Amino acid sequence: MTIDTGAGARPAGAAPSAGAARALDLLDGPVTDTTLRRYLEGIPGVDAVGLEQRAASLGTRSIKTTSKAMALDRIIELVDLTTLEGADTPGKVRSLVAKAITPDPSDPSCPRVAAVCVYGDLVPVAVEALGSLHAPKARAAGNGEGIAVAAVATAFPSGRASREVKLADVADAVRNGADEIDMVIDRGAFLAGRYGQVFEEIVAVKEACRRPDGNDAHLKVILEVGELVTYDNVRRASWLSVLAGADFIKTSTGKVTSNATLPVTLLMLEVVRDWHRMTGEKVGVKPAGGIRTSKDAIKYLVTVAETAGEEWLQPHLFRFGASSLLNDVLLQRQKLHSGHYSGADYVTID
Amino acid sequence: MSFLDYAPAPESRSVVHLRPSYGLFIDGAFVDGHGTPFPTISPATEEHLAEVATADEHDVDLAVAAARKAYDRVWSRMSGADRGKYLFRIARLVQERARELAVAESLNNGKPIKESRDLDIPLVAAWFFYYAGWADKLDYAGLGANPKALGVAGQIIPWNFPLLMLAWKIAPALAAGNTVVLKPAETTPLTALLFAEILQQADLPPGVVNIVTGAGATGQSLVRHPGVDKIAFTGSTAVGREIARATAGTGKRLTLELGGKAANIVFDDAPFDQAIEGVVNGIFFNQGHVCCAGSRLLVQENVHDDVVDRLKQRLSTLRLGDPLDKNTDIGAINSAEQLERIRELTAVGEQEGATPWSPACEIPENGFWFAPTIFTGVQSSSRIAREEVFGPVLSILTFRTPQEAIAKANNTPYGLSAGIWSDKGSRILAVADGLKAGVVWSNTFNRFDPASPFGGYKESGYGREGGKQGLSAYLAPSGGVS
Amino acid sequence: MSRLAVPKTYKLYIGGKFPRSESGRSYEVVSAEGAFLANAAQASRKDARDAVVAARAAGKGWAGTTAYNRGQVLYRIAELLEGRRVQFVDELVRSEGLTSERAEAAVDLAIDRWVWYAGWADKYAQVLGNGNPVAGPYFNLSVPEPTGVVAIIGPQTGEGHSLVGFVSAVAPALVAGNTVVVVASEKAPLSAISLSEVLATSDVPGGVVNVLTGSPQEIAPWLASHADVNALDLVGAGALDWVQLQVDAAETLKRVLAPEDGVGAAAPSLDRISAFTETKTVWHTKGLL
Repeated sequence: MTIDTGAGARPAGAAPSAGAARALDLLDGPVTDTTLRRYLEGIPGVDAVGLEQRAASLGTRSIKTTSKAMALDRIIELVDLTTLEGADTPGKVRSLVAKAITPDPSDPSCPRVAAVCVYGDLVPVAVEALGSLHAPKARAAGNGEGIAVAAVATAFPSGRASREVKLADVADAVRNGADEIDMVIDRGAFLAGRYGQVFEEIVAVKEACRRPDGNDAHLKVILEVGELVTYDNVRRASWLSVLAGADFIKTSTGKVTSNATLPVTLLMLEVVRDWHRMTGEKVGVKPAGGIRTSKDAIKYLVTVAETAGEEWLQPHLFRFGASSLLNDVLLQRQKLHSGHYSGADYVTID
Repeated sequence: MSFLDYAPAPESRSVVHLRPSYGLFIDGAFVDGHGTPFPTISPATEEHLAEVATADEHDVDLAVAAARKAYDRVWSRMSGADRGKYLFRIARLVQERARELAVAESLNNGKPIKESRDLDIPLVAAWFFYYAGWADKLDYAGLGANPKALGVAGQIIPWNFPLLMLAWKIAPALAAGNTVVLKPAETTPLTALLFAEILQQADLPPGVVNIVTGAGATGQSLVRHPGVDKIAFTGSTAVGREIARATAGTGKRLTLELGGKAANIVFDDAPFDQAIEGVVNGIFFNQGHVCCAGSRLLVQENVHDDVVDRLKQRLSTLRLGDPLDKNTDIGAINSAEQLERIRELTAVGEQEGATPWSPACEIPENGFWFAPTIFTGVQSSSRIAREEVFGPVLSILTFRTPQEAIAKANNTPYGLSAGIWSDKGSRILAVADGLKAGVVWSNTFNRFDPASPFGGYKESGYGREGGKQGLSAYLAPSGGVS
Repeated sequence: MSRLAVPKTYKLYIGGKFPRSESGRSYEVVSAEGAFLANAAQASRKDARDAVVAARAAGKGWAGTTAYNRGQVLYRIAELLEGRRVQFVDELVRSEGLTSERAEAAVDLAIDRWVWYAGWADKYAQVLGNGNPVAGPYFNLSVPEPTGVVAIIGPQTGEGHSLVGFVSAVAPALVAGNTVVVVASEKAPLSAISLSEVLATSDVPGGVVNVLTGSPQEIAPWLASHADVNALDLVGAGALDWVQLQVDAAETLKRVLAPEDGVGAAAPSLDRISAFTETKTVWHTKGLL
């Protein structure tokens, strides 16, 4: 079977989708389960011990003084401040947005986060709360990058719904003003070896991210590494997602026991680095879930800079999916500026 | 400002209190030497660190006499359990003073603090801990019941892992019931002298371990001393050869851990990112001052260009500089003499037509430094493919088939170590079978453990250190010394 | 009715063949009473060189046989010796002057020693090797492997040395898969050459055992200094300047065993096997993910 590369969803004459183009180029032929399998399973394996050792070694970098100050600000700028609870309310989202805009009310020099990340139905609340600081408006007004709204979609977090429902979920969020879509791959299909199905779905979601004005929502593809389990699977899923047109590959939903780890993020960074070596294209990486301390987050910055390169330390190429991380960074920041340790009462609860 | 210009993160020197001068450690006390004292420096800055005594023949004689007396009167009569307890004490004291020892090691040797802190010193403690447990279990060392210690062991160690090599030597010797006269390397005596303080804290009976500092002549005196029953040496093959000659016919037992020219074999199905790390670790760990360094990269020809590319990219992230900076990957070359040797051999490499490449890196003004260097286009006949450089210099060669890889890997008078990188288990095991090397690392490199025997084939020396084998090198069957 | 005997020509044993010395030299071998027994080949340095080449060439195959197979091949030698007991007894009587009873005992001992060592072939690695519990995610195994080419100066003295001593020195080196170049008893080389004939008709591949007869004093220095020899067993070199041989051997860091005297020389032991092995330790990563 030849996979639908999205051509059917496009108006006649439009350029092939990015995903289709990437895959067609690399596979040098039609995208089928067979060609995908041949390609993905032909990628050299990962030695888990070596990977984990490399990550541990990057984790021993000692980031102090001016480098630490720089790192802390950069972490804030790279955060997708996230709330993904069944109990989320408009009030909670507005509070989150306020925190995103002003992470530290006591320090006007504190940067803003990159985005807020919410469920699709709460996108309008987030857009409204951001007002002129919502990324598209801010950019249009020449008022910096603003703050983006990211929506999880495609029957997040399990991904267990029909294609139709998933695409509707995406279209709905995009229509409501989401700038970024965090989709989940179909892990069931991936683990069953139906790579074509996973590919096709990513391509379809990417199509659904298109807006008539060409100002497409960016697509982050969540691999849910905690369910793929092995590094070989993560590497294949990373390549598959990149081939299918992902703008970002993201580790996890934050909803299973095992989320982002440094080794798994390193592995994904190696994939985007290799993709860049091969094509010159840059794809982003987003570790999410479980990164709670500045110390940990700094290890990720080091890993990004020493693997993909420092140019990846920008919001369009690297994000932290996090919630409690921000306050720890703010505490560390206050310590660095004041010289003494701060306390939980000196940062705000969103 | 670039994030990658990590701000300096120096480890504090305040934990180390060096005395202005150090004597010899003989019979449990520091005593003056009769030779001319010599300065010991930091190779990273050429800063003077302390004055160290030189043991002449007379001093060596005193040390051997002290060791003999301690052997006869105390150590050979002590129960294995008690000997073990002393070794456990030492292990704990090393752990307690780990930071101090790591800083001192990096100061005197030039190695990055992250290595002395995370590898050298923890392994020192592990070595004593491992052999401590052997002391009362010698019946299981493989020599039958009631094996006997050899007597006085003369031990000569190199400058590349000063305290770790001391531990490799002293721990099994004491566990087996021998007493020791140890000579540290001329350029790196400090941690051995700090270790002598630890022995005092452990209340080790006087004379059980004696430390005589000095240059080659001191070592020669020790090798030739008739009161020594066993010589254990780690260092160059040239010196090892001299020692083998000097001890011929004397009945002295001898173990030698000498040079190497290890092949790190990368197949086209290797886990590449880990292989690149392994290649980098294999040759740039400890500035390449490693006898088992993977100094020859044998890469399958069909992936040569890609591997070289990736390697270059990776090397660009290595940080050369202050050994005490926690982010330093490549420290200083240990001495002016060693630097000269590296320069000479790399110059030869260029003359022979190989192409050197080094990442851009700033070389500090003082001290001894050499940028990490890889040579492509190296032929098997090149001197840099045959001689041990003992520096951060990698020679890259290619092969076409597993058979050819094995043949090229073995085509050297050395036989200490080798690395294999492949995703195919059966091939790894078959290649490992074919390699004439005492240690084979598969999908890893430069791993050390007190439980794991280490040592070479052919001109890389004889005997093993580590494990049961390392213990038996200090024992004879109960029938007597054979 | 008496029959005129057909005497045997005693030659060298190199690479599975029985050449005369390339030098064309021979020397007179006499009985304990001084009677002429044979003209044995007097090996030269070039014969030693050829023997090392043959041993090196045979090394890969011999070391590569399975331990079970190597054990059977060594056991087969004992079987063949048993069948030729009379000949070996006779040679010991003639060349060493033993009584036939003592010669019989010596031959029995030599046969039994082959059997003992044959049984070690598939066990020594289990006894000398070990799995190592390293502190990390690694499979780590140490196994003894053959050192390579072992040059042996065979025993020159002691009752039965020309057979028992010879076997006692050669068998343990073979167990681990080494190949050997052995200098036989100078005074009593007949048993060694007859044993070579046994080896040649058994399943021992050519080149695995190479036997030189002649002057140990002349040949030993060439073997001791030969760069393609990995180990040197000086068991029978007590009367030579063996310290100098050891010094020569140091040039390429050969493993060296010291001379031993008398009937107890090269007594059977696991140490004799392990002396010519190299411990190889293989690490491999262990990762579930």
